[in-house]
Amino acid sequence: MTGCHGFCERGPLLVINPQKLFYQKVQVEDVPEVLSETIEKGNVIDRLLYVNPVTGEKIVHEDEVPFYKLQERIIFGKNGSIDPTSIEDYIAIGGYKALVKALFNMSPEEIIESVKRSGLRGRGGGGFPTGLKWESCRKAPGEPRYVICNADEGDPGAYMDRSLLEGNPHSVLEGMLIGAYAIGSNQGHVFVRKEYPLAVQNLRIALQQAEEYGLLGEGILGTGFDFSVRINRGGGAFVCGESSALMASLEGQPGEPRPKHIHTVISGLHDKPTNLNNVETWANVPVIIDKGDQWYAQLGTEGSKGTKIFSLVGKVNNTGLVEVPMGITLREIVYDIGGGIPGGKKFKAVQTGGPSGGCIPESLLDIPVDFDRLTEVGSMMGSGGMIVMDEGNCMVDVAKYFINFLRDESCGKCTSCREGTQRMYEILNDITEGKGKRGDVELLEELGWVVAEASLCALGGTAPNPVLSTIQYFRDEYEAHIEEKQCPAGVCKALIQYTIDSELCTACGRCRKACPSDAISGAKKVPHKIDQEKCVKCGMCVESCKFDAVKVQ
Amino acid sequence: MIEFTIDGVGVEGEEGSNVLPVALENGFEIPHLCYHDEVSPYGACRLCLVEVERGGRRRMTASCTYPVQEGIQVFTDTEKVRKARRMIIELLLARCPDRETLQELASQMGIEKPRFELREEECILCGLCERVCREVVGANAISFFSRGHKREMGPPFRDPKVCIACGACVYVCPVDCIKMEETKEERTIVRWERTLPMKKCKTCGQSFAPWFQLEYIKEKVKLPKDFLDVCPDCRG
Ligand SMILES: Cc1cc2nc3c(=O)[nH]c(=O)nc-3n(C[C@H](O)[C@H](O)[C@H](O)COP(=O)(O)O)c2cc1C
Ligand code: SF4
Ligand code: SF4
Ligand code: FES
Repeated sequence: MTGCHGFCERGPLLVINPQKLFYQKVQVEDVPEVLSETIEKGNVIDRLLYVNPVTGEKIVHEDEVPFYKLQERIIFGKNGSIDPTSIEDYIAIGGYKALVKALFNMSPEEIIESVKRSGLRGRGGGGFPTGLKWESCRKAPGEPRYVICNADEGDPGAYMDRSLLEGNPHSVLEGMLIGAYAIGSNQGHVFVRKEYPLAVQNLRIALQQAEEYGLLGEGILGTGFDFSVRINRGGGAFVCGESSALMASLEGQPGEPRPKHIHTVISGLHDKPTNLNNVETWANVPVIIDKGDQWYAQLGTEGSKGTKIFSLVGKVNNTGLVEVPMGITLREIVYDIGGGIPGGKKFKAVQTGGPSGGCIPESLLDIPVDFDRLTEVGSMMGSGGMIVMDEGNCMVDVAKYFINFLRDESCGKCTSCREGTQRMYEILNDITEGKGKRGDVELLEELGWVVAEASLCALGGTAPNPVLSTIQYFRDEYEAHIEEKQCPAGVCKALIQYTIDSELCTACGRCRKACPSDAISGAKKVPHKIDQEKCVKCGMCVESCKFDAVKVQ
Repeated sequence: MIEFTIDGVGVEGEEGSNVLPVALENGFEIPHLCYHDEVSPYGACRLCLVEVERGGRRRMTASCTYPVQEGIQVFTDTEKVRKARRMIIELLLARCPDRETLQELASQMGIEKPRFELREEECILCGLCERVCREVVGANAISFFSRGHKREMGPPFRDPKVCIACGACVYVCPVDCIKMEETKEERTIVRWERTLPMKKCKTCGQSFAPWFQLEYIKEKVKLPKDFLDVCPDCRG
């Protein structure tokens, strides 16, 4: 059994090598047939093949599946070919080759130069150049130095770091080993959130195996380099993923951000030089060392090199984890890889960057995935969340959802962040309940500015993004809620009414039975009616009607 | 000494110190609520915002936690700073509408009534009481708990069992929300719901401090056994 392949929509998946035969939605009952038909006789089982939803044609091989075609799976692709609990599997596909090259053929300075030349930037959100960070940490005075892997991944709906740790823990460990050697550190920590037990388990097995193979511990591979790694489990606070809060938490203090006017690479964990990188950042390192920085730097744009893993979710046909070269357009991700919007609905926006990312509208779908471009349009790369929304999503409601998450997850230290996100939530809630007032949008903008400008850490610094970007691109939706007391997407319960179109109604009675509050009356051959007083706006009638007779206003 | 400028005027600050105290010593006015000389800076209220220009980059930051650095230019009264401070005070006043300190600061900044629904909190969550209790008194009796909009200050698990009722928190609270009540027999820190019996002076018979506090001090400072049996007045 391997780790996650990414194509969640069609899982469980089965790939038979070397032919790369691709079966999807495989059930336990299918296994005997796969063994007798495919493995023994070499026959393809038609029913397990993937059908291209656009063309209707059946696809036999993994690399022909459109979901994978545009991807560049240099980091994540290996998940599919190894058993994550077997170091031998990892070594068989070239694992630890980069470590050997680094230890025996490169000096620490050469490694740092190579990572700098590769153009690798941090995948944890900030996009800080990795090589520069390593260099500052190596040069910082003081011993010991620490390297940390940030696996706190608290964004709702994001699971790329989890899939890497679960599916290929040695690649992360190899990256940390190379980094530690380059930086001059003997002690590493992996900070994993406690909701990831399988990641912890597979990492623990990986650490043990690496130690048995002399790849961890004292005198690694017979050199003078010592390195050990400890696993620390986070309590599940989103803000603990922030670098200074993470280090405070590792020290046993409250997980609260601290001012970083003196950088953590100089004074971090226990006031010692500390280099923190994200799981995916670490996993990029062996690839760069193995294939060379020149090869790596060919991938991507001027300012953003390599690939990025996104968790593509929401109103899109192919949900899952996708690894794409930087520079690919959002449109290619949503339509070519994601297969477009289900149910023939219209695309409305894509939110990138996790809870504090911005919502990007249709008109900007052709921008490339690039740290700087995403920031320019009011969103960000973040750690790689990507949520697709269609015409059925209300953008005020979306903004409210994210600000609700952030007001809960703010550590609460800064007045601006704590009180500001709370007040933004209250205003948004009022707007969705039909209590919005003229001037609310302007007040949200004013609050958003202060939350971002006056708060200490990047949580506050980016928290207003979902609100400000939806105001920027979907202001008319806010105005419809406030001025006309209407929710154009038909989402905000207080602003909608369900009615039955008597022309379309066949009096089948389905909605009457489905309604939990007995609000629908009617009889055989008598078109049905909804009693607005009794209606609780659950939408069950809409779901149950086969004739599209229930309308939302 | 580190040389830099505040609003164009040259000033000096000791290495390792932060901008706010240096500015205050030099007569610049910067409003602040969560800063106190005797405890470490924390940067929670965000009222002491200033703009700092360093290496050609200008950004807004809290001055109480910003370390002095050679050649930086600090601006305490720009349009941007005033706009941000006004909103911070408006937010705090909406949270704690009956605190006089906040009412005064708000009226100085031209705010009459907050635009947000008023709440009835008293504490602004500045953390000064917790820092004085931990850093100066050493009792660690109170701390922050919960996060985000649910954050509160108080004794852990709402049990004030290690509070010595010394009253240091009462003294530092900038919005005066920790009340102390004292009778001949006992002293109560109302906010933490802690009541302790008072110790009477062996010589004059007057109560002078909660006995728990005196035991605590004796333990900490290793004073002679009977040193705190008499009140400071009778000790002569
Ligand atoms: C609120 C908040 C949450 C964060 N959560 C994470 C996280 O879960 N994982 C992560 O790698 N970085 C997270 N970061 C970014 C880290 O602070 C830090 O920049 C990153 O781990 C550095 O690694 P990199 O340079 O490899 O990206 C978070 C930042 C903030 C402000
Ligand atoms: S910005 Fe928000 S999350 Fe960050 S330190 Fe301030 S209150 Fe905490
Ligand atoms: S009680 Fe007073 S000193 Fe303590 S946090 Fe609240 S406002 Fe600050
Ligand atoms: S005094 Fe500086 S943030 Fe409160």
